[in-house]
Amino acid sequence: MSAEAGSRIAPADEAGVAAAVAAAHAEGVPLALEGRGTKAAMLRPVQAGRTLSLRNLTGITFYKPEEMVISARAGTPLAEIEAALAERNQQIGAEPPDLRALLGSGEATTGSLGGTVACNLSGPRRVVGFALRDLVLGVRFVNGEGEVLRSGGRVHKNVTGLDLCKLLSGSHGTLGVLTEVTLKVGPAGERTATLVLPVADEAAGVAALSSGLTSPYGVTGAAMLPEGASAAGVAGPVALLRLEDVEASVTYRMARLGAALPGGRVVEGEESRALWRAIRDAAPLAAAAGEAVWRVSVRPSMAPGVVVALRARIGARVMLDWGGGLVWVAAAATAEAHSAVMAAAAGARGTFTLFRAPDPMRVSVPVIPEEVPALAALSARVKAALDPGGRLNPGRMRAGL
Amino acid sequence: MIALPPPKADVMARRDEILAGLCALIPGDGVITEALRLRPYETDGLSAYRQPPLAVALPTSTEQVAAVLRFCHENGVRVVPRGAGTSLSGGALPLADAVVIGLMRMNRILDVSFPDRLAVVEAGVTNLGITKAVEGEGFFYAPDPSSQLACMIGGNVMMNSGGAHCLKYGVTANNLLGVKFVTIEGEVIEIGGGHLDAAGYDWLGLITGSEGQIGIVTEVTVRILRAAEGQRAMLAAFRSTEIAGAAVDAIMGSGVIPVALEFMDKPCIHACEAFAHAGYPLDAEALLIIEVEGSGEEQDVLLGRLRAICERFDPISMRVAASAEESMAIWKGRKGAFGAVGRISPDYLCMDGTIPTSELPHVLRRIGEMSEACGLKVANVFHAGDGNLHPLIMFDANDPASFAKAETFGADILKLCVEVGGCLTGEHGVGVEKRDLMPVQFTRPELAQQRRVKEAFDPEWLLNPAKVFPLEGKLAPAPH
Ligand SMILES: Cc1cc2nc3c(=O)[nH]c(=O)nc-3n(C[C@H](O)[C@H](O)[C@H](O)COP(=O)(O)OP(=O)(O)OC[C@H]3O[C@@H](n4cnc5c(N)ncnc54)[C@H](O)[C@@H]3O)c2cc1C
Repeated sequence: MSAEAGSRIAPADEAGVAAAVAAAHAEGVPLALEGRGTKAAMLRPVQAGRTLSLRNLTGITFYKPEEMVISARAGTPLAEIEAALAERNQQIGAEPPDLRALLGSGEATTGSLGGTVACNLSGPRRVVGFALRDLVLGVRFVNGEGEVLRSGGRVHKNVTGLDLCKLLSGSHGTLGVLTEVTLKVGPAGERTATLVLPVADEAAGVAALSSGLTSPYGVTGAAMLPEGASAAGVAGPVALLRLEDVEASVTYRMARLGAALPGGRVVEGEESRALWRAIRDAAPLAAAAGEAVWRVSVRPSMAPGVVVALRARIGARVMLDWGGGLVWVAAAATAEAHSAVMAAAAGARGTFTLFRAPDPMRVSVPVIPEEVPALAALSARVKAALDPGGRLNPGRMRAGL
Repeated sequence: MIALPPPKADVMARRDEILAGLCALIPGDGVITEALRLRPYETDGLSAYRQPPLAVALPTSTEQVAAVLRFCHENGVRVVPRGAGTSLSGGALPLADAVVIGLMRMNRILDVSFPDRLAVVEAGVTNLGITKAVEGEGFFYAPDPSSQLACMIGGNVMMNSGGAHCLKYGVTANNLLGVKFVTIEGEVIEIGGGHLDAAGYDWLGLITGSEGQIGIVTEVTVRILRAAEGQRAMLAAFRSTEIAGAAVDAIMGSGVIPVALEFMDKPCIHACEAFAHAGYPLDAEALLIIEVEGSGEEQDVLLGRLRAICERFDPISMRVAASAEESMAIWKGRKGAFGAVGRISPDYLCMDGTIPTSELPHVLRRIGEMSEACGLKVANVFHAGDGNLHPLIMFDANDPASFAKAETFGADILKLCVEVGGCLTGEHGVGVEKRDLMPVQFTRPELAQQRRVKEAFDPEWLLNPAKVFPLEGKLAPAPH
């Protein structure tokens, strides 16, 4: 986050984080929160005199594979967690992306667990499985007054009290500072394979993805590379349908899926994994330096219309995931382009996020949809309930909040 | 017995005026005020608690819900939202000065899209009603509480209900796309819709499981899923609960996550067998019902693996269903478990704590010891894969001492759940039942934080008061 010159604090532990927040609260100093800094380019830049980094709060604190639960301190790189899980053939079901390339981060390792949860970032498996926020079983966090609090726990089913885990996930550090997160994890599929199906255009592509997703074959990824886009040696326009499961199931289901959607070829194993990593990280979008990038989420059947409109109006390049429901858009970083994206999302009754743009643009446009007045009032009241002084990441999501 | 706050004197004094105001908002027979017709609303699934409300309003549209809430807000009247009233934690228990807002007349399916895999329904549509509306095309709505024939999607949202199949498909929160939400001021807000992961604060996540504390839901957009080609169950019986618990751990660590993994202890096995004649082995101390999905061949592969895992734990017997009928027979006892226990003891409390699965043997042993110490029988049936326990404590409702003992026993079980790293409630909610146990799980500052979030929506504490949060502040009992 582009905290102005100002000071930087990187406490060694949770108590240090609490002390730093309490001090900022008492002194009236806004804080810019940072995990490992890989998502600084997302949303709006935070204007804060002080940066609080969670970089030194690292390490896995608890892992029980047979209970499918892992806990780690907020600054732990996702890569470290994923490596520990891989040793036991497990994974984070939400498939959170590694956006360093997209967001122009020079960080040597991936983003942090806390930062990823604070942004609620999920990858291709989101379409059938859960969002990252669905997998957050528990959090420890520091509220805007410097109190150390918990929500949730380490068990899979828990409806005790208001679910602040979900509220904090996706709040981009504006409601509390996550210090430790407990996630539900799951088995990694024994085998993975992808059906690569050439399609004429987005309408045909989304229709193919929809037939895959409405089949009984347990598709776990449904993306489309448009004409001109490519990933891991696969060139668009193609619809991609992924299976991940036990050996026998993938064999059987791929045969059935191929029969239902003929004309494709099957990509297996590491080739398939590389393909989905690229899609997860929006690499096929190949956004040029200086271009803006948006994520638009709509009902899948609305996606072809959105794509046609954005191509015509702003010469956008796109990539589709989540069965078509997630439209990644790259275009010139201009106010007109942004208006076109907002209009397209609103027209499809969906949502958008300005993922990346030069600073002057990020401060001058709404980077996520405006809320109706009644909801905006609730946003302000909930923000005040957690961060009464408005110290945490001011302006990150919306101007003045 | 758990205390309810004293009725608001000003509201009771203005009863007639308030009832007249309500009647003007919902024409026809949409407002119930006569004592006799209020009777069906005086309790919910926690039937030991009964309290007739001031009135019941049965709106038929979001606009009417908004009008009633606006009116109640302006007049300082408390409201208790209600779906089917199957809450097991007293979540829908009325208060003497409250208006119950029943959503049962809002029961239309508004939109179904198979290509987009979603359905938009009103809050009063039953859980099973959603599946019924889409099963013709091979789809279903995944969360399946045992009460699914009666309970409504609005109630499911507010309790974040689960079911036997949520091991694979998740609970209500994981299967929602959007809601239409009415605030206590009567503002109607659309949250989410047909798309995934709306930007901004996760209102949908906060509303789900909020037990009527922050607003009323009138419409819900759910994900519907295409059903697997088929499913088949197996049954494995073990010599001790410890061994069965170890088998659960082995299954969960194996990489094959079944769709359902249910556990019954000996008292429950006996009750179910006597009731349903499902052919359960009566010499077993614990029994697992395991279900897998897929084509016939896939089921064979998965059941083969699960069988091999169970064999490592020296089972007394195993039965793998060869057909859908045999699967149904295996499930028959489990599905009738509550009814079966009800036959042995007409009154029972159904507890709902969650524990880490590795604590299963320890916790079951302790529950057994407590049961002996207090002289009340208990049967255990639960979702083992996620550690969500349902001890059924049998008592005699005609004997106040027996009920008091049952409540204490239940509280002790829940404290034990928290002590071993779990929580007070996995799916039934806090309601009135566990309200006063909240400090066992949360620190004062943690509860205060949750209260401040609640107050962001409902500063006057008019929405479903006396539930979830221990009585304090605006609801504090009058000083003696
Ligand atoms: C036999 C039996 C079996 C059960 N099995 C399960 C099970 O397997 N899994 C499980 O999770 N639960 C189970 N339950 C509990 C219960 O069925 C669930 O909690 C269910 O979701 C409640 O739905 P309802 O429509 O009956 O809601 P109600 O009981 O009427 O209300 C539940 C709560 O939500 C509030 N509320 C209801 N509707 C709305 C609305 N539209 N807007 C705002 N607030 C609202 C109420 O005030 C109350 O606090 C079972 C209950 C019984 C009696």
